[in-house]
Amino acid sequence: MAGSETPMPPAPPKVEVRDLRVEFPLRRRSFLDRPAVVHAVDGVSFVIRRNTVFGIVGESGSGKTTTALAIMRLQAATGGRILLDGADITDLTGDALRAVRRRMQIIFQDPYSSLNPRRRVGAAVREPLDLMGIGTPAEREETVARLFARVGLSPAQRSLFPHQFSGGQRQRIGIARALASQPEVVVCDEPVSALDVAVQAQILNLMREIRYDFGLTYIFVSHNLGVVQRVCDEIAVMYLGRIVERADRNALFARPQHPYTRALLAAVPGRQDTGPRAELPGTLAGDPPSPVDLPPGCRFASRCPHAMPRCRSDEPALQEAAAAHFVACHLVNP
Amino acid sequence: MNDSHISEVPSPLREAWVAFLRNRAGVFGLGIVGAVILLSVFGPLIYPVDPFEIVAAPLTPPAENARVPLGSDYLGRDILSGIVHGARVTLFVGGAAAAMTVVIGVLVGAAAGYWGGRTDRFLMRMTEFFQVLPALLFAMALVTLLSPSIPIIATAIGVVSWPAMARLTRAEFLRIKSQNYVIAARSSGAGDLYLITRVILPNAAAPLIVSTALVVGMAILFEAGLSFLGLGDANVMSWGLIIGSNRDYVIDAWWTVTIPGLAIFFTVLGLSLIGDGLNDALNPNLRER
Repeated sequence: MAGSETPMPPAPPKVEVRDLRVEFPLRRRSFLDRPAVVHAVDGVSFVIRRNTVFGIVGESGSGKTTTALAIMRLQAATGGRILLDGADITDLTGDALRAVRRRMQIIFQDPYSSLNPRRRVGAAVREPLDLMGIGTPAEREETVARLFARVGLSPAQRSLFPHQFSGGQRQRIGIARALASQPEVVVCDEPVSALDVAVQAQILNLMREIRYDFGLTYIFVSHNLGVVQRVCDEIAVMYLGRIVERADRNALFARPQHPYTRALLAAVPGRQDTGPRAELPGTLAGDPPSPVDLPPGCRFASRCPHAMPRCRSDEPALQEAAAAHFVACHLVNP
Repeated sequence: MNDSHISEVPSPLREAWVAFLRNRAGVFGLGIVGAVILLSVFGPLIYPVDPFEIVAAPLTPPAENARVPLGSDYLGRDILSGIVHGARVTLFVGGAAAAMTVVIGVLVGAAAGYWGGRTDRFLMRMTEFFQVLPALLFAMALVTLLSPSIPIIATAIGVVSWPAMARLTRAEFLRIKSQNYVIAARSSGAGDLYLITRVILPNAAAPLIVSTALVVGMAILFEAGLSFLGLGDANVMSWGLIIGSNRDYVIDAWWTVTIPGLAIFFTVLGLSLIGDGLNDALNPNLRER
């Protein structure tokens, strides 16, 4: 088209999360206990643009996987809204929910528990097609063979059982399975952390190729910052159910602002903290507080090397510290 | 890619069968139980003596009178005929009670484990109620109140033995339902029924099959116990009935209870050995590669 000199507008939002909350009731040990609740995800908001890779980073227990599962409607949200292509999918049930499920699939961390040990892998990849009634049986079989070839496996291997494959091969099968229903959004839950480093690179390359071929949007959940830096366009760092920092990849890795992010980056071997407060010690000691009895103020204060009195009373809000760079820290946003 | 090995892919069932055949004790058990099944099917044709007919002097010891090779009971009835004709009833009681145990136990356990929460609490309290019933007393009461007939006896045994099966099923469902392949199936639009019957149950089947073999043996023992107490069906010959009707003569005529007792012992032993063999064969972790 003539005269389109204006810079490309940002891609439209694919997934929008508004103030998402997921709480798990804890069983009371006696009727005298007051009911306790684990705040796994405690008010998280972000926008994921179409055909981008959105990374969610955090320690175990930070709520990163729960957030991803809640977006997929595999984990019930106790508050907030989830939008897919602008349509609210938070309360869908029945056929409408099934229709949405077709559009969002998941690749798991552990390739050993993500495949049904009693089912031939061809049937496992075909399962979404069978369940959603996509195509005739012959067409489904053809789709499965094509997917096997696409992820670098021989279509003849469809009749094998999962235990006959290596971890990397199983992850390829998991990817083929996730692609079967032609989804638009794929959640990758630590997709390579259970694999050898050499295999990791192969799988990450395969996932990148597939993203372009199929026009996918990825939600990439990981604790591995090296991998996240390689694949993600935008990254949210989670701590105890909240986002503490959110920025695009370059900004986050070049200018990490939140002490937690900086500590995480300092923990990456071979990386030097080059931020404005590089002289300050960055390593983390101790464990995060219990998500049941959250302390008032900043959740990170108990482990933060820069904690001030105010950090223990006021909870910092996620605010824009630089262009499109959001940080929840009193030190950064006084 | 080398596809030459792909043509021979054994199904898990076939693989388990091959593993089972490698277990000598299991095969021995299968031999015993197979023999008892053959006996119950063809025995009455080959040895048609009526087990209720009086054919010799009462309490004839074994190998004294050719008409009663294994001796006679307190009325002069043929013990061998009782063993041959009673096998069918004994196996039927064991099988029917086990079937009932499996149906109730798996339904309750699957529902409790899969849905969890309130459903789980309600079903487990119910299971505990049945579990703490004194099994023998409850079965005796049921049989006395209704009638000492074979279906009632099988039902009574089923009612007191399903809680263990329910707990086992629940535990397996709890373990498997959080596996990623279950979540993956759910994310592909699988409904509850599909997940329970097509995804979780096949993976929970191994321990349930093993314990079913044991439940059959336990039910046979239970029937013998009821018969011994005089609560068996006196109109239908079973191994338990031989023991029960001769219990006053144990001191004078050991063979009247020892012979049916050994028949029960070996059948239950065979079932236990099958259970053990299945346990090894169906559990890929125990199976040596």
